[in-house]
Amino acid sequence: MSAASPILSVDAVSLSFGGLKALSGVTFDVAPNSITAVIGPNGAGKTSLFNCVSGFYTPQQGAIRFEGADITRTHPPHRAKIGLARTFQNIALFRGMTVLDNIKLGRHAHMRTNLLDALLYWGRAQREEMALRAEIEEKVIDFLEINHIRNQPVASLAYGLRKRVELARALAMRPKVLMLDEPVAGMNREETEDMARFILDVKEEWGVTILMVEHDMGMVMDISDHVVVLNFGTVIARGKPAEVTQNPDVIRAYLGGTDIEALQRRIQGREAA
Amino acid sequence: MDFDWLFFAEVTLAALGNSALLALTGLAFVLIYKATRVVNLAIGEMLMVGAYLFFSFTAGLGLPPWGAILLAVVGGALLGATIERAVIRPMLGEAAISVFMVTIGVGSVLIGLTEIIWGAEPTALPDFMGKAPIFIGDAYVSRKVVIGFSVAAAVIAVFLLAFRFWRGGIALRATASDQAAAYSCGINVPAVFSLAWMFAGAAAAGAGILVGAVGGIAPTMGVFGLSALVVVIVGGLDSIAGALIGGVLVGLLEAWCGTYLGGEYKMLATFGLLMLVLLVRPYGLFGTVEIERL
Amino acid sequence: MRIGTLKESYAADEALFDTRTQKAWLGLFFLALLVFPFTAGEYWLYIACLVAIHVISTTGLNILTGFTGLVSLGQAAFMGVGAYTVAVLEARLGTPTLVNLLAAGFVTAAVGALVGLPSLRVKGLYLAMATIAASFILHFIFANWTSVTQGVSGINVPPASVLGFEMARPVQLYWLILPIAVLMVLGAANLFRTRIGRAFIAIRDRDISAEVLGIPLLRYKLMSFALSSFYAGVAGGLWAYFFRVVTPESFPFVYSIFFLAAVIVGGMGTILGGILGAVFMTLVPEVLKLGVGLLSPVLPDAVAILSPVRTIVFGALIVGFLVFEPHGLAEIWRRTRRFFHLWPFKT
Repeated sequence: MSAASPILSVDAVSLSFGGLKALSGVTFDVAPNSITAVIGPNGAGKTSLFNCVSGFYTPQQGAIRFEGADITRTHPPHRAKIGLARTFQNIALFRGMTVLDNIKLGRHAHMRTNLLDALLYWGRAQREEMALRAEIEEKVIDFLEINHIRNQPVASLAYGLRKRVELARALAMRPKVLMLDEPVAGMNREETEDMARFILDVKEEWGVTILMVEHDMGMVMDISDHVVVLNFGTVIARGKPAEVTQNPDVIRAYLGGTDIEALQRRIQGREAA
Repeated sequence: MDFDWLFFAEVTLAALGNSALLALTGLAFVLIYKATRVVNLAIGEMLMVGAYLFFSFTAGLGLPPWGAILLAVVGGALLGATIERAVIRPMLGEAAISVFMVTIGVGSVLIGLTEIIWGAEPTALPDFMGKAPIFIGDAYVSRKVVIGFSVAAAVIAVFLLAFRFWRGGIALRATASDQAAAYSCGINVPAVFSLAWMFAGAAAAGAGILVGAVGGIAPTMGVFGLSALVVVIVGGLDSIAGALIGGVLVGLLEAWCGTYLGGEYKMLATFGLLMLVLLVRPYGLFGTVEIERL
Repeated sequence: MRIGTLKESYAADEALFDTRTQKAWLGLFFLALLVFPFTAGEYWLYIACLVAIHVISTTGLNILTGFTGLVSLGQAAFMGVGAYTVAVLEARLGTPTLVNLLAAGFVTAAVGALVGLPSLRVKGLYLAMATIAASFILHFIFANWTSVTQGVSGINVPPASVLGFEMARPVQLYWLILPIAVLMVLGAANLFRTRIGRAFIAIRDRDISAEVLGIPLLRYKLMSFALSSFYAGVAGGLWAYFFRVVTPESFPFVYSIFFLAAVIVGGMGTILGGILGAVFMTLVPEVLKLGVGLLSPVLPDAVAILSPVRTIVFGALIVGFLVFEPHGLAEIWRRTRRFFHLWPFKT
């Protein structure tokens, strides 16, 4: 654990659907300005955990604390406002809008324009929109290199670009903690490397803390500071990437088998590559 | 003044006749919804066309009632199949709300066509059930209501059995629970869609004849479809049992309000109930709650 | 052929009408609107006023259905609420016209928000059912709350009057209805340049993820209902001043279908679509009337089939556009413009 007090902590969270236990007693902390990766086999409860943190599910037990405040029961829009942003595994962009409008939408909770301002488009509404546009253009769009597609409808974009637009929208939310649900799933090697670079830049240049779920072990090992391993809804290991790969429980969870040595060699081989 | 229990019983018995018809129409509605996930707002108009077809075959062509009924029901099935093939299938994969609006358009077209072909004036169907009243205990019940109730109940029973045991019915249920999976099991999904619309059309036409026999026919009788819509919402859009129980509930409510408060309160009660259900139990008494997934 | 436009500021890029050509056409259009009452006859002014009223109401429904994705079949009933508000205020209190219209908007907005309440629990189709229910319940209230609405006999409305200038004929009402329509359409266009409009569209496209992005769903759905009803209320108020008598039969269920058709035919989710749809759908019955007039020497009972033919055409337009041109006239308009921009090259 890092010395600084955690920006986000998940404390003994349990969640079940009917009789099915999705999470039981999950506990871990996220240190400020770090990259924490949650890994685990399919069905381990990673996305359920994400949904608890972003407020889509309410856990039956346990607490989620953000900067020390208990947010277990606050509504999703409020969490967005205090600085929790996320992307989705299967990309949740708004198909009927352009890239630019999608990104602008991220800022919603931080704007003050009311209905009357909006109808008149005078004073505050206009000032806010112009400031937003300038900031998004200069900070987000340039940063993620998506200038050429800003006026395209998202429905026409390729998969990799959509993922990038979704990241752009999350960044427009001015997050303190950015949650990425499988940011490189389904990407080719080049796209994966681009995305990894963006994630590292977000951490370093923006000072944003990152919590991500990812299956791509190579990327997890490369960029994360801290790894949490889930299996059947419980945390079976956590620590630095190198420590986690040595953990026999983790290896067993992934392989289900016995030949631990072989797997260790495989993982180390990938790390070296 | 004492409460007139006999009168109450008569009103209630008459209401049960109406309930059975509502349930039958509701069943047609649920059938389409289960198989194709289409909320068909034109069901009332399909019912109306069925009644008018019957009218043409008896009063126009002078066919005997049983022949006219058969032809009208077949006509209803054809109408259902035509609607499905012509405007619903091209909308496959579109947003549910768009398909819903298409059925509103279809309903409007059917009303217009009926007014052109048969005129806008309300008419009575030729009497084919006899007039001798029936007494259950001391309570008088109109013969039409009894026949309507019995026929509707029998048709519902046949549907339920078919749905449960017949091969086509099973295919229909399979399609309802997972279209893609049913397709890959070799079920001809488009055919199932046609089938569902045909059965629904036939059921609606049958209900239309019975409704028309009790209350006369008019281009505005499609409003009965709105009551049936309330029935299925109360019962749950995808529940057959819901349609039956919802039918009884709405039928009784309409009759009691209509009798004791005045005819104009019928609609108010029906739609008030709808609002209440939407607020309190939005997926109906027996409907499947849709689980949101990200 | 047009190659591109150079924009030097974000403000220029975000303007509603961004090119010089567009501004020139717009200016020409407004000029035509100004000259129109001096050149057109009584009949065409009547049509123009009716079109403008329909444009307001259709734009309102478009905000709810086209932009927020909540289908409503209660728009006509909401107009009825506006019309009755104006009629009652005129008959009882004799308050000034503009105050009455504003009141009509706010009263209807409140009713609309109330009808939208089930969106707390349900969405999509179920909500459409709630609006159907609401429209029948409102109709019942119009017909049976006789102490206020005078039941089936209805209320007569005195002519509108602004700054002591009485407006009884279309040529006068034109100067009241048209400016209001223009302002309200502009307001709607502005709305979709801001966070509120974006939130509506987000709810339409994917409401769950909208919530995670910081948009409180219920508040925005109710806001959309209220705003849409405000438009309907003002349109209904103008309707009352235009036809001068308000009865329960003035706002039948078919009229709601008319507005839904206008939104679909014009193009869901575009401001231009609301305008085109309203114009088109208002003119359709007039064209039909004309056709029937021409036919009547040959077909003696042609007049009798006018109403059913209208019903059929409304329905067929809804179906036809949804199946073949789901983005409506606005999309056709866009394609046409594009063709001329790229001419002589093919797209």
